[in-house]
Amino acid sequence: MDATRTYVRPMRGWWRHNPYYRAYIVREMSALFVALYALVLLTGLFRLSQGRAAYDGWRAGLATPWAVAFHVIAFAFIAYHAWTWFAVMPKTLPFVRVGGRRVDDRTIITAGAVAAVCAELVLFALVWWTRP
Amino acid sequence: MKRSNKPIFWSLFGAGGTLAALVGPMLVLITGVLVPLGLLLPADTMSFERMRAFAQNGFGKATIFVVITLLLFHGFHRLYHCLHDFGVHVGPGLKAAFHGCAIAGTAATVFLLARIA
Amino acid sequence: MPSPRTIAIECLRYDPETDGAPRRQTYEVPFTDEMSVLQGLQYIKDHLDGSLTFRWSCRMAVCGSCGMMLNGVPALSCATFLRDYHPGGVRVDPLTHFPIVRDLVIDQDDFLRKLSSVKPYVIADKPRSVEEGPYRQTPAQMDDYYQYAQCINCLLCYAACPQYGLTPEFTGPAALALLHRYNADSRDGGRSERMQVINAEAGVWGCTLVGYCSQVCPKGVDPARAINQNKINSTKDYFRHWLMPWKSR
Repeated sequence: MDATRTYVRPMRGWWRHNPYYRAYIVREMSALFVALYALVLLTGLFRLSQGRAAYDGWRAGLATPWAVAFHVIAFAFIAYHAWTWFAVMPKTLPFVRVGGRRVDDRTIITAGAVAAVCAELVLFALVWWTRP
Repeated sequence: MKRSNKPIFWSLFGAGGTLAALVGPMLVLITGVLVPLGLLLPADTMSFERMRAFAQNGFGKATIFVVITLLLFHGFHRLYHCLHDFGVHVGPGLKAAFHGCAIAGTAATVFLLARIA
Repeated sequence: MPSPRTIAIECLRYDPETDGAPRRQTYEVPFTDEMSVLQGLQYIKDHLDGSLTFRWSCRMAVCGSCGMMLNGVPALSCATFLRDYHPGGVRVDPLTHFPIVRDLVIDQDDFLRKLSSVKPYVIADKPRSVEEGPYRQTPAQMDDYYQYAQCINCLLCYAACPQYGLTPEFTGPAALALLHRYNADSRDGGRSERMQVINAEAGVWGCTLVGYCSQVCPKGVDPARAINQNKINSTKDYFRHWLMPWKSR
């Protein structure tokens, strides 16, 4: 093709007007809360290494309204992450066949979600049974 | 075409994402809401003595290490890609900075766990 | 006789010889329930404005020529109906992420280059002569690649893919889906030749699984799946390359 003066459209704000893209951005931004939560845990580990006074200070900080609010929001985002993680999981796997028939995506997603719910409950149960 | 180094970071991202998906919400709920407020679980669940003992124990060390480092690698890898999605020009500098944070966090975790003998 | 219903079709117009930037033009088009958006455009060209330029061919969603943005969504204009946009009207744009040549026509050259780069043909694993008879495949073997072979190169997936828009070097959904189609074909032995394309930053690693490509594909190809399965293959190849270089493909 000749070097006609083609027009290239800018990408600015590409995600704003399409609900599918907006949901994608929310999914990706959930990583912010994953990273922040990991840093909260790392801070706790640091305070733990510094001794009782430092650690108890960190614990007291966790009980403040801002900290609890952060964790509630983080919970929401990380739960959304979990849901979307399993929703796309079938796309990352080769076709799964059981007894010669292809297992459909919905089954794989459900299996993943069930595994997650079980893992969450097991974690809670472990903490519950070893509580002081 | 040059071979990309993505597989390393993607594997860590995937492991972290799977961990976050399987236990993330409950972990956040327990450590960030239930225990601090003493709801369902007593506030002393995360007392200094118990957490110190957990961090001194081999299983505890492994758990703390896996949780912190995998979540860090997942979070920073995806955040780096978010920047790109928002139109920020992401060169090797930003890539090193973001993944460097995850690596630094990992090193800190190892160092701190070793200190809590 | 009652006057027919009309619908407003707003088209992007761009004439490279006279326009510095695209502009918009709205046409009132009489329509019936069976009319596709393509037929609406053809009405405009036949009766209202002969200068409106757009691609089309089969009118039945198999040739892949008529891909456009309809109210911001990539679609085949022959397979979408004016009645579904009434009374609000429909905004017609050329496929996003491609340079506009004129009006609703885009420059596909980049895609065509990428398509050649994936070697989209069977590189026979065990070549057979005519006397030996045809290659045989079980239904399960065909099922492994069949959906990826349905691609009509309509480029809706490229219009859907923000990574292609942000990083034009990205090989893109259709080309990578077709790459996988051949790798997954039991007759093919060319996987190692295509590995370089897969492993590159612009190969499968340019994808962040937005997934919109698979949503808009009119043929159920599911390029998102084709690409993301190969992230595992690429990872295996990567570690094999570093840990067992003697086994390099």
